[in-house]
Amino acid sequence: MSIEVKSITKYYGKTCALNDVSVTFDDNKIYGLLGRNGAGKTSLLSIISNRIFAENGTVAIDGMPAQENDAAIGRLYAMGEKTYYPESMRIKDVFKWTKLFYPQFDETYAKSLADQFGLKLNKKVKSLSTGFLTIFKLIVALSVNTPYLLLDEPVLGLDANNRDLFYRLLLEKYSNNPFTVIISTHLIEEVANLIEDVVIIKEGRIICSQAREKLLSDSYSVSGKIVDVDVYTAGKELLGCEVMAGFKTAYIMGQADYDNADGLEIAKVDLQKLFIQLTNI
Amino acid sequence: MQINTNSDKPIFLQIAEGMEDAILSGAFAEESQIPSITEFSVNYKINPATALKGINMLTDAGIVYKKRGLGMFVKTGAVEKLKDKRKHSFYQNFIEGLIAEAKRLQISKAEIQAMIEGGFDK
Repeated sequence: MSIEVKSITKYYGKTCALNDVSVTFDDNKIYGLLGRNGAGKTSLLSIISNRIFAENGTVAIDGMPAQENDAAIGRLYAMGEKTYYPESMRIKDVFKWTKLFYPQFDETYAKSLADQFGLKLNKKVKSLSTGFLTIFKLIVALSVNTPYLLLDEPVLGLDANNRDLFYRLLLEKYSNNPFTVIISTHLIEEVANLIEDVVIIKEGRIICSQAREKLLSDSYSVSGKIVDVDVYTAGKELLGCEVMAGFKTAYIMGQADYDNADGLEIAKVDLQKLFIQLTNI
Repeated sequence: MQINTNSDKPIFLQIAEGMEDAILSGAFAEESQIPSITEFSVNYKINPATALKGINMLTDAGIVYKKRGLGMFVKTGAVEKLKDKRKHSFYQNFIEGLIAEAKRLQISKAEIQAMIEGGFDK
């Protein structure tokens, strides 16, 4: 059971948004899909959910081709920035209609979430503020109960309390009954400990797809006097450096070489720092 | 129990050690129930697999056990077991560091002994 993306290429005019992208999302895992602005995250998610079409390549959901295939597409729910609901519809009616398209939609749960977030069911979609529009879309996403959930910038416009509530609800649901979640976000620190696997996309190409723990344990930073750091880093896979006065921090892929690190400080790198080093131009 | 996400110590280890501390301090008595994986996951906003890895360390060490359908419980004798384990690593974790720092600051053996005496009497 998986979403299998094979050799996807997507152009917008002459701009190549995705360049021969292949990646697999296995079942019952939380993925972080990370990339800089314009890297191709939304394009990838939109192609998987059949909202836009690629020039080349295929997407298979649980072995079924995704393109124009209701059985395959019905296995996933994609929440994104765009709102696909009629603007004058009331929230409670959206819930009713969603049930027709997604038979597993849990209306009782959706209403309890609305209550927890303080979303009024009688409001019309068009009257919602940015934050509440996100909350409304999140509630639908958390209630559809599809095996695959694609969340593109799921906390856009949410205050700290509501972001916290969303992460807790997601984890509670996932922990009690695992499913696949792909979260695309710029708030890396907030999801760093939530996700199990990391997929990093840079300029339309996947540059990393592996377990977060493995990625983090295969990288480290070393800091100290510039000359010492330079001697240490010679011949190692250097990702990038930061220099402050006579002091240098280098980010390195691989295992730390403690025997040759006299006078140097070796430390773990967090996901956000590593992401910056991996995606700097 | 606090989790420090900026620490060099992996989160699953912090979960395991945090629970050890809580059991040693009596916050979770022997044969009492400890939080579920879901509760750890939701409270600390960590992937359930991370929480499970931490708790599995305690299961493997015979500190907690699973009652089917009920949850995880602290094993009888867990406190003694943890004390033994911690005493074992006490020298490594505290004494070695103390001596190293004392040498850097040129604090004598007698001065440390006096400090320990004073600290105990507080």
